[in-house]
Amino acid sequence: MLDLQGYGWLLWDGVQLTVVVSVGSMAGAIVVGLLAALAKLSPSRTRSFLVDAYTTIVRGIPELVLLLLVYYGIPTLVQDVAAAALGYRFVITINPFVAGIATITFIYGAFACEVFRGAYLNVPAGQHEAAAALGLNRMAVLSLVILPQVFRYALPGLGNVWMVLVKATALISIVQLPELMRNADVAARATRMPFTFFFAACLIYLAITLASMWVQARAEGWASRGVIGGRL
Amino acid sequence: MLAFLSDHLEAFAGGAVITLQYTAISCLLGAILAVPIALMRLSAKPGVFWPATAYVLFFRGTPLLAQIFLIYYGSGQFRHTLEAAGLWQLFREPWFCAILTLSLNTAAYSSEIFRGALQTIPRGEVEAAMALGLSPLQRLRFILFPRALAAAWPAYTNEIVYQVQATSLVSIITVMDITGVARVIASRNFAFYEAFITAAAFYLVIVYLIVHIAKRVEARLHAHLPAADSGGNRRVRA
Repeated sequence: MLDLQGYGWLLWDGVQLTVVVSVGSMAGAIVVGLLAALAKLSPSRTRSFLVDAYTTIVRGIPELVLLLLVYYGIPTLVQDVAAAALGYRFVITINPFVAGIATITFIYGAFACEVFRGAYLNVPAGQHEAAAALGLNRMAVLSLVILPQVFRYALPGLGNVWMVLVKATALISIVQLPELMRNADVAARATRMPFTFFFAACLIYLAITLASMWVQARAEGWASRGVIGGRL
Repeated sequence: MLAFLSDHLEAFAGGAVITLQYTAISCLLGAILAVPIALMRLSAKPGVFWPATAYVLFFRGTPLLAQIFLIYYGSGQFRHTLEAAGLWQLFREPWFCAILTLSLNTAAYSSEIFRGALQTIPRGEVEAAMALGLSPLQRLRFILFPRALAAAWPAYTNEIVYQVQATSLVSIITVMDITGVARVIASRNFAFYEAFITAAAFYLVIVYLIVHIAKRVEARLHAHLPAADSGGNRRVRA
């Protein structure tokens, strides 16, 4: 029963790829989110308008549509533009792994941006002033004083982003990336036991969620270790 | 792109109607289901609390796509049982499985919103209602629900927006919503970016229309509170 008719390993392979895709997208989302948050907080009107446009678009379009747009739309768009402008004719494709990570990074970068922005605004103004009074330059103020505190305030929000993001990676199965959901689908068709395999996949996602909740609680405790009564 | 739009606008409009129908029906059923679940989650009795908690954990902790596959394809594994119960007619229909999954899913998320809203109501108001001699049902009907509705509304409108986007997944089990229409048109005409950009535009319009309407409703729900400032922002403790 537990080896799921010999398809247990297929699911395990899928779990590994799901984790790789999730971690890769989360890392990308943190970088994109941080840059977008800094752009939004900057006095430049153009930059904050661009970030507003970005978050507005991401909030209003389903993940599936964005994924299909990236996976099928962008290659054909590039081909058409190349054919019209340069007279080149060629066929390009994006592999599902890259398309998946790019889409999930793009979407969750916007959510991470909101989290970072809120966290940044939570850092008391006195911290900026004290750091400036110590004679630190702008980069040093940001990297030594402000960002460590931003990460502490952002941790609960980032934990939520991570948990939603892991579930969103299931969508990449639609473009045939052999992650957990796709492999469960393959096994379900081969054995004609769809309920068993999709239920197993659900339980694995649930286990990842529960493990993430546990890690998040530990991480928040760790990040607040220097603050008395500091558990947010 | 313009020729593409004039050829296919009607099909996309048809898809938009389906998207709105699935959103409205699943939100309605989900909200009805969410109220008892939220109340069960607030119960002190383990036999009442744990089933609701397990339900919410399952539907919030697993991907919607997995839930849709579990119900639509998974029901095939119990075909004989379902046939015996006379339910197979329903479970083999994509629309039924889509509505069922979407409703169960949004019920789990909405119940957490309602639970949070019920918990923000000051204890004193419940005690005052008890002192007036209101029965538990009357307290729910006249005190807790009206207060919780106003408190839950902003978060619930977010849930509706998510639900609009969540319905795009039903295209995978062949329902012809906006995404379904886009996928068919894209592969038939080899017009991938045109189709998906059009679909994205339709979703953007629907989502921001709903956000706009929700703000109007919110203003009504808070009409008894001090007036808004010039920016239209209300500083309220709802």
